[in-house]
Amino acid sequence: MSQLTPALLGCRLTACTGVKRVYRGLALGFILCLGAAAALAQSAQKSASAIGKVTPAQTITIALISLRGDPRYQSRTIEHHYLGHPSGRLLRAAELALQDGRLVLSADGLSLAMRDVLVPDSEALGAALQKLIGEGVRYWLLDLPAPLVTQSVQAAHGNALMFNVSARDDSLRGASCADNLFHVIPSDAMRSDALAQYVAARNWRKALVLEGTTPADQALAAAWRRAANRYGIQTTATKTFKLSGNPAERDMANTRLLTGERGHDIVAVWDADGEFARTLPYATQWPRPVIGSNGLVALAWHPQWERNGGPQLSRRFRKSAQREMVAQDWAAWLSVKAIVRLLTSIETRAIGEQAAALSSAINIDGYKGPSLSFRAWDGQLRQPIFIAHADGVITAAPDDGVLHPTENMDTLGFDESEGLCKRQP
Amino acid sequence: MKTVSLVLIVLLSFTLSATKVAAQNVYVSSEKDDSIAVFTPVGKLLTTYKTCLRPRDMQFNLNQTRLLVLCGDSDLLVEIDMVAGTTVDEMPLGKSPELFELSPDQKTVYASIEDDAVLAAYDRKTKKQIFAISTGGEPEGVLIAADGEIAYVTSEEANLVHVIDLPTRTITKNLKVGDRPRRFAISNDGQEVWVTNELSASVSVIDTRTQTVKDTIRFEISGIRANRITPVGIVMSSDNRTAWVALGRANRVAQVDIKTKEVLATVLTGKRPWGLALSPDQKTLYVTNGLSDDMTLIDTQKRKAFRTVATGRVPHTPLVAAKP
Repeated sequence: MSQLTPALLGCRLTACTGVKRVYRGLALGFILCLGAAAALAQSAQKSASAIGKVTPAQTITIALISLRGDPRYQSRTIEHHYLGHPSGRLLRAAELALQDGRLVLSADGLSLAMRDVLVPDSEALGAALQKLIGEGVRYWLLDLPAPLVTQSVQAAHGNALMFNVSARDDSLRGASCADNLFHVIPSDAMRSDALAQYVAARNWRKALVLEGTTPADQALAAAWRRAANRYGIQTTATKTFKLSGNPAERDMANTRLLTGERGHDIVAVWDADGEFARTLPYATQWPRPVIGSNGLVALAWHPQWERNGGPQLSRRFRKSAQREMVAQDWAAWLSVKAIVRLLTSIETRAIGEQAAALSSAINIDGYKGPSLSFRAWDGQLRQPIFIAHADGVITAAPDDGVLHPTENMDTLGFDESEGLCKRQP
Repeated sequence: MKTVSLVLIVLLSFTLSATKVAAQNVYVSSEKDDSIAVFTPVGKLLTTYKTCLRPRDMQFNLNQTRLLVLCGDSDLLVEIDMVAGTTVDEMPLGKSPELFELSPDQKTVYASIEDDAVLAAYDRKTKKQIFAISTGGEPEGVLIAADGEIAYVTSEEANLVHVIDLPTRTITKNLKVGDRPRRFAISNDGQEVWVTNELSASVSVIDTRTQTVKDTIRFEISGIRANRITPVGIVMSSDNRTAWVALGRANRVAQVDIKTKEVLATVLTGKRPWGLALSPDQKTLYVTNGLSDDMTLIDTQKRKAFRTVATGRVPHTPLVAAKP
């Protein structure tokens, strides 16, 4: 895909396509086009040489769509820095990728701009999306909860290419999947599979499961049950924790009482909020590792990832955003990279064809080792997932020895054969 | 008396090591031990030099009395006296330098500066930056060609090779190559520049007359998936017949026919081979393995590894002293 000759480059420019159309089918036309293309390509490259002075022919806008008053971004919530939670809004990360892509886009006479779209609620979201469609803004990064992601898909009605950068819900990759919707953030299923692979390889086969009472906690616990079942992790007991002011429920937050039984190798805690899980490592009755929402966690990015250019990316982000890069930032950054890749790799701007290319031909460097691509069957980005703790990365799943018939990264999350998503790849 | 004899012993051992490091030794920088290990041609460890922090790329000065070492965490280019094994000179570089090349007269140092995304030129005498040219994100490989008139620089982030006219200090061309382009080699006749594409499992061949990509060499190994083949290091034999390419996660190096662009063989190494160097007689290929902290010695005629020796942690670049 990346081997674009100057002729191909030039043919993307409208003048040349015009020439091509007039002489379609004629060898003469082809030769003319090649000649014109070469000349155009040369001038494009000439202008690209003066970096920073390029006046691009076309500016393409990417919208970052978020909720105003999103509880995840309340300053008191951000201060906690719970593992797996965002540590700030995603605009800076998206802009970093914009910056990265500037040069390669300018060679094609293109430039990108970000639009920060903040909506207070579902109703305003509908209006904002209609406005974007009206203005021809067709690339959307969705930093929204799952129901609003689904609403966005319906509103787009085939007029936008969407990148989910923060909703991990498995349902979005299953029953609620959609044609032009791509998931860059790993799903709950992928993160649970990554952890289960690791603990199975360590032969930590017996897990005591602690789960919260909210639907979000339950979704995490359900993803873990699926993964534990796949990798032969036995559940010794499942208990419910609750942080509550009710004296009758006080035992439900007592880490020693909750972990008092014998016979488990690990304690798996599923806490979407993060407050209870933080109290658990080193506070269990028996000396057992904690995994899940604290202790050993599965993350899409970690600022201490030391390989594959990780320190460089983390450093560039830190310089620009004045904070550490976390999974959601990485997802926003990668989404813009994918758009840049798409724009510089194929000519067409038709959403359907772009989605098809994203599902098959486009590879992106995510600084996690292998080249990354989207799964055709559910639009999920296949990627290594870090097995990490607050302080560093232990390994990247799938680890050596975890095998798959075609692509080892597809051992994480829903595989094609499960057929949960009825999407047109 | 005791101190006198101790001094004598120290002096004696210095003279001994001076004779030892004279010819054809192999110098290996270790990113995490902040040191350079010195091996004999057959891989016997002679001595270790302490350096600045995170030593990466290395070059010799013209008469091979000094080792020039770029340090990624100290942001320095230091010069090590190869007899004494000590740092005798240093020059500050930009933040997080990656690789460097010297002008033919060695008066100018060209280094890729990762954090600033520039190719920076420094005067070795005044130790001042002469100029800097903006590149795409994360510049890495640097090659100085055409008698010091042209620089080629890879941008890992933009997937481009910049062709820079050094007298006018301008980028004349941005060549689209494969994904995450890393390092260069130039053929003996100067007609072809090869660049490794780490995430495309390929090498792009640039025609230096037209400054266009004229060919792409793809690596395929049966039993190994394409995304495990991640080429980084590249070196060409002095007879201009074969190129060696380190294939990273495939744990192999490939031998390529320069003329036909055909992959002739692959040879097993340690984990994630990346740095490469050939002995002056071209019979031994030295391969640094970034993930197994060792160096593989390969017999280039038999196309077989014959020895693996431990290095410092994360060995980066091997460099071989030519015949004196």
